[in-house]
Amino acid sequence: MGNNPLLRLEHIGKEYYGNRVLSDISFDINAGEIIGLVGENGAGKSTLLNILFGMPVIASTGGYEGSIQIDGRKVSFTSPNQALAHGIGMVHQEFSLIPGFTAAENILLNREVLNASSMRYIFSERVSTLDREAMNGRARSAIHTLGVNISPDMIVSEMPVGYKQFIEIAREIDRKNTRLLFLDEPTAVLAESEAEILITALKKLAASGIAIVFISHRLSEVKELCGRILVLRDGRLITDQPSYTLSTRQIASLMVGRESVRREETPEVTETVSTETDAPKKKKKIRPALKVEHLWVDMPGETVRDVSFEVMKGEIFGIGGLAGHGKLAIPNGIMGLYPAGGTVKTFGKKLTLNKPRAALGKKMAFVSEDRRGVGLLLDEPLDWNITFTAMQTQGRFLVGIPYIFQMRNDLAMRKEARKFIDQLSIKCTGPSQKAGELSGGNQQKVCLAKAFVLRPDILLICEPTRGIDIGAKTLVLDTLKQYNKENGTTIIITSSELEELRSVCNRIAIVDEGKIAGILPASNPAEDFGMLMMGQVRNEEEGEFSA
Amino acid sequence: MRKIFDIIANNAVPAVFIIISAFAIPLSGYSASYLVQELLTRIGRNSFLILSLLIPIMAGMGLNFGMVLGAMAGQIGLLFICDWGIVGIPGMVLACLIGTPIAIVLGIFCGHVLNRAKGREMVTSYILGFFINGVYQMTVLYLMGWIIPITNPTLLLSRGYGVRNAVSLLGIRGILDNLIPTIITGTQGTAQFVNINGGKSFIMMQLPFLEGSIRIPLATLIVIALFCIFIVWFRKTKLGQDMRAIGQSQSVADSAGIPVNRTRIIAIVISTVLACYGQIIYLQNMGTLNTYNSHDQAGMFSIAALLIGGASVSKATIANVFAGVILFHLMFIVAPVAGKNLIGDAQIGEYFRVFVSYGIIAIALVLHAWRRNREREAARRSLRGNKGDE
Repeated sequence: MGNNPLLRLEHIGKEYYGNRVLSDISFDINAGEIIGLVGENGAGKSTLLNILFGMPVIASTGGYEGSIQIDGRKVSFTSPNQALAHGIGMVHQEFSLIPGFTAAENILLNREVLNASSMRYIFSERVSTLDREAMNGRARSAIHTLGVNISPDMIVSEMPVGYKQFIEIAREIDRKNTRLLFLDEPTAVLAESEAEILITALKKLAASGIAIVFISHRLSEVKELCGRILVLRDGRLITDQPSYTLSTRQIASLMVGRESVRREETPEVTETVSTETDAPKKKKKIRPALKVEHLWVDMPGETVRDVSFEVMKGEIFGIGGLAGHGKLAIPNGIMGLYPAGGTVKTFGKKLTLNKPRAALGKKMAFVSEDRRGVGLLLDEPLDWNITFTAMQTQGRFLVGIPYIFQMRNDLAMRKEARKFIDQLSIKCTGPSQKAGELSGGNQQKVCLAKAFVLRPDILLICEPTRGIDIGAKTLVLDTLKQYNKENGTTIIITSSELEELRSVCNRIAIVDEGKIAGILPASNPAEDFGMLMMGQVRNEEEGEFSA
Repeated sequence: MRKIFDIIANNAVPAVFIIISAFAIPLSGYSASYLVQELLTRIGRNSFLILSLLIPIMAGMGLNFGMVLGAMAGQIGLLFICDWGIVGIPGMVLACLIGTPIAIVLGIFCGHVLNRAKGREMVTSYILGFFINGVYQMTVLYLMGWIIPITNPTLLLSRGYGVRNAVSLLGIRGILDNLIPTIITGTQGTAQFVNINGGKSFIMMQLPFLEGSIRIPLATLIVIALFCIFIVWFRKTKLGQDMRAIGQSQSVADSAGIPVNRTRIIAIVISTVLACYGQIIYLQNMGTLNTYNSHDQAGMFSIAALLIGGASVSKATIANVFAGVILFHLMFIVAPVAGKNLIGDAQIGEYFRVFVSYGIIAIALVLHAWRRNREREAARRSLRGNKGDE
């Protein structure tokens, strides 16, 4: 070993199909060090991890640039097993535990202690029986290292969530050669007290010589635990410095960056909104267009638990936050696409949840983030796509006698489609082209057209610019702004791109861990939103702001 | 309330059978010793086949409808020993030896197919059974006696090739069942039994309160017991542990480095080979082989019996097997007579048998899907926050 660091990265870079996601990442990790790795979604954290673990996706997309050294020797992993063999352990964000197995069985999964058996000479080791005593012993000692008290006989499915996280870590500890442990958001599912135990346990582990890379969006924990903090932004290593030199606010602003970017224009509608909040006397009572109280939505991977907010008429309201924290669940839940509860009122009238039809009937329109799955009928022509919802829910584009005999009015459909193709400059051969044949940006425009046809009072849009190129992005956002200005439509945009929200919205709500962390006017500096995203508001000490 | 409901829902199928049997037994008018005798025979006949289903269930592959592949392999072994005129235990052992490689090949094939149809194993193996049945029929109906040498004229169709539908297995009939002749008899039954057995030695036990006598297929039961011990042991091995892990989460098992596909193939191979032995044991008890039909219902009836024993698509124990054999066959024995005594038509029993076995499989599959949805929902309930219980 000598003076070589445990792990050294030199000029690591990665491109996916010409799209640069990582560039020139270099840093060292020494034994026993705890390093905090922070960054927004899309900053390149997961790509970096994939490279380090030799995930097949890296090799299949053309490998990576730069070199990785372990103990001074160059390595290049082509499968996760090789990384494991070199003593790199990983605890994933999702649990990889077998629910019906005991703690011991999970900790020693595929590394079971076996009784000696003569049968193994005839067949293979796999016909030897398990030595449960020894397994429980080893599991117990691994759990003990973490400083928690979990019985090795406990079935994982009966454990509180926090315990599962400990079992995952115990599994990595039990691996005798583990020297470097990556923890991806390990505290996300833990209660505060459990998180404290975990942090103590990790410090103990590091003291025994294991290096730890701690990935978390909870900056206060990162600051407390880690000796060094690395901030990734847009695929670059922005900073690599000892944690005591940084305040959480500084970290947040480093992550979000772009402080210098000022908003070029303020949408005029802000006036109406600020009158509501700042000077209530001017207009006596504006009814909120949408009032959400204690909403919970069970959308897999995006659950929200208790969300309340109000959106004024004519406002463009943004919902932001990190992926997986539940921002997408809010519009999907309101529209009835996932099981939801709580109260949602539109213009003072209660909305029936869990019935998309009810929401559509209240003149609400929805543009899904899942453009190709929920948004479009890919094998149908554009005119069908654009008019379909209006036909189904509002009975338009039909001829004949309602309830008895009705037929599609193809002529009217085509006319309407043409109108939108011109208006939104959708690049296509005509209204009869299939939706699946269009590019991402044009498909998104079709989705918008489909929503506009409904002449909605409230328009909910998820990830309007995901996966479309820059030119189309501006066009989509401008279209929304214009539509809002012309028709006074209330628009709620959910997006993971904060800058995009800041450029079109009046106010932005940030969702963090299934709850609204805060709602701020879009003109606030970006780092304020960053702080909200990083869960800094609830446990923030005032002093740290000035630090 | 939910708990009581759960208990009922989890045991609905066996409960219905117990209730039906409780009504049908007195209606049938059978004596206890007759019923016990019949049940013992059927336990010996069917248990092995049903036990062969357990390992794929453990590996999360559901009910192995593909076990008919093993049954066909066993029948091919039996056809050969009939042709060669090898009788008794050596004949049975030879049939097993011939059937084993065929079953292994079929099992590997089946395993590979099922690995390409993950999550749809049951329907795939069911249809695969039809496909292999076609290959089997071609082999037996056209190739045997033509390319594959079969010389015994009693086996062949009059045209000179192809095997007859009914093949007598007289040479091995009951050979395992009677290997260790054992009877339990009441006080009056002794003399009667000595006559039947022609003076050969046998193990005899007396139970004073018993009327008549009961023959016990002791050797078969011992084989079955050994098999049960094998399964218990197997569950404790690393391979068994890997299968349980795969059964619960393939992705987790995979990320832990367990060779998922290979292990699944091993599970199916073991099941197919055991089904092959099971079919041989079944047919030695029956004494005749219906070349083109015997295997057909082996799968369906075994699966029905296992489900009736309280097993589900994802969980089955040895106790389920025996509870299932007893309940299913008790119904078979008493239902025709009960039907006849009640309605005057024995057909009703046969109707019942078929209706019940298919119906039970349907119900079990629906219950399984329903329960899995409910469990998923219950698991998510905790995520729905404080207002989630509304």
